[in-house]
Amino acid sequence: MLKQIEGSQAVAETIGLCRPEVICAYPITPQTHIVEGLGALVRKGTITNCEYINVESEFAALSVAIGASAGGARSYTATASQGLLFMAEAVYNASGLGLPIVMTIGNRAIGAPINIWNDHSDSMSMRDSGWIQLYAETNQEAMDLHIQAFRIAEEVGCPVMVCMDGFILTHAYERVDLPRQEQVDAFLPPYEPMQVLDPSDPVSIGAMVGPEAFAEVRYLAHYKQMRALERIPEISAEFRDRFGRDSGGLVHTYKTEDADTIVVALGSVNGTIKDVVDEMRLDGKTIGSLSICSFRPFPLERLREVLSPAKQIIVIEKNLAVGMGGILSANIRMALRGLVQPVTTCIAGLGGRPITKKSLHEMFEKTMADEIEDTHFLDLDWEIIRRELDREKADRRSGPIAENILKDIGKRLEE
Amino acid sequence: MFQIRFHGRGGQGVVTAAEMLSVAAFLEGKYAQAFPSFGSERMGAPVISYCRIDTKEIRLREPIGEPDAVIIQDPTLLNSVDVFAGIKEDRYLLFNSKQSYQELGIADFILNFIPERVGCVPATELALEHVGRPVPNAALLGGLAAITGIIQVDSVVRAVREKFSGPVAEANIVVVNEAFNMTKKLLNGGG
Repeated sequence: MLKQIEGSQAVAETIGLCRPEVICAYPITPQTHIVEGLGALVRKGTITNCEYINVESEFAALSVAIGASAGGARSYTATASQGLLFMAEAVYNASGLGLPIVMTIGNRAIGAPINIWNDHSDSMSMRDSGWIQLYAETNQEAMDLHIQAFRIAEEVGCPVMVCMDGFILTHAYERVDLPRQEQVDAFLPPYEPMQVLDPSDPVSIGAMVGPEAFAEVRYLAHYKQMRALERIPEISAEFRDRFGRDSGGLVHTYKTEDADTIVVALGSVNGTIKDVVDEMRLDGKTIGSLSICSFRPFPLERLREVLSPAKQIIVIEKNLAVGMGGILSANIRMALRGLVQPVTTCIAGLGGRPITKKSLHEMFEKTMADEIEDTHFLDLDWEIIRRELDREKADRRSGPIAENILKDIGKRLEE
Repeated sequence: MFQIRFHGRGGQGVVTAAEMLSVAAFLEGKYAQAFPSFGSERMGAPVISYCRIDTKEIRLREPIGEPDAVIIQDPTLLNSVDVFAGIKEDRYLLFNSKQSYQELGIADFILNFIPERVGCVPATELALEHVGRPVPNAALLGGLAAITGIIQVDSVVRAVREKFSGPVAEANIVVVNEAFNMTKKLLNGGG
């Protein structure tokens, strides 16, 4: 059914259709509307046979989900930013134990300085935790990915994070097609645990493992993700057959067939990038774009296949590996190992800085003209940076950076 | 694509206004995207929200820098926020005020705009009278329908029914229709 609703509400209603049995809720912006929406659906009786648990922290949220999942219940939670960091130990435990929990990340920056706005620092910090990570381009895809996430998680025996851009998607009203319960039921069978804590047939889960077997257990986690690499596109194809639209899979390509330049990104910024691609195509530029849906497992071979005919790759990324540069671009270079195409990193949208068509257009033009450095920071305010660096040079006790910069910006606005 | 930017203060339903407008456009079979300025919304703090309307899927995710219409829910913002940023003179302006443009201090500024594309509605007063709360958003959507035609007033009424229910919905519908009629009359030289 077509609806014009908020992204968070759309995701909440979709999770409801997946028949979760345990939902662990703890609020943190910009994810809060999702668990609030789910709370209302459980209270109204729209979601039945479900335990909605208000926990005392994010650490508790995921710990309860781990217990519930090990007890044989389909388990769900959601978080963002510092919340994800606070549950970090449990994040690794959930995947280490092979429990098919689904968790939404309403992507948000990590402090300090404290910032509630969108970037990918939070989910990126957990990229190697053993969870599958899927990134949504639109609210429709965010919904569809949750339905697929439960399928993938429960088939493979591995938890899945569905990452959706905080505010940009979570708080956006747009048109979505909400599936019918029968459709979801036909696609997503009841949860059949691979391992379960059952008093009538006792086992223990979570043994201590020494050097004699730790590497083997870890290898099997990697093996599972390699299996997921095959299953993710198959499940996406099955989803298309049943629901009639393309959602999920490993990557989405846009006008890449003849493209000399391909722009790669994760999440909602791909919409803006496609608009820029269309503008530049009108000017005769052979440019295309590629949106990565499955970041973990990382589709090295599929990326190599799409990217290797291009002459140049631009990676737009909403995160910064401080002291190194871009995380996604490092991964892309791995996909292109042995090849000669330049991969330009463009760090953009940190802490909610808008990524505009205009800035992207200029950046792409400059990169194509070879006028841009390997690691470029989009729309960086160099004047403000110079002022702070000068201040630090002049005075050892120049004060806290964030506060200094805010004062400078305030002064500039007054002028 | 038609892009609308709303300026108001926390508590004035600025975000709800953009959301309701997107619902109204959706009900007409159009594509629409509404989103807030993503601030920490506090009572009284300046808030911006956005709505895009198009006949095809909207992929763009940036804030609206060059709006086709600006709606100013609180004219006291005229002194503190650059509410007119990026607006061209052939585009639309709608103010919530019972004061004249002279009293608002913008008489000279709006001279450059097309008179039929500039509207002013006493939206807070209408809301206080019918809804009992100073929430000007519904009235301004009625005004927007009148000056732009981008949305039918009936669609705004249907959107109000989706967002609210019972007496609150009915009171807001009275406000929408009254604001629409007042604005139309004003544009036809009746004010």
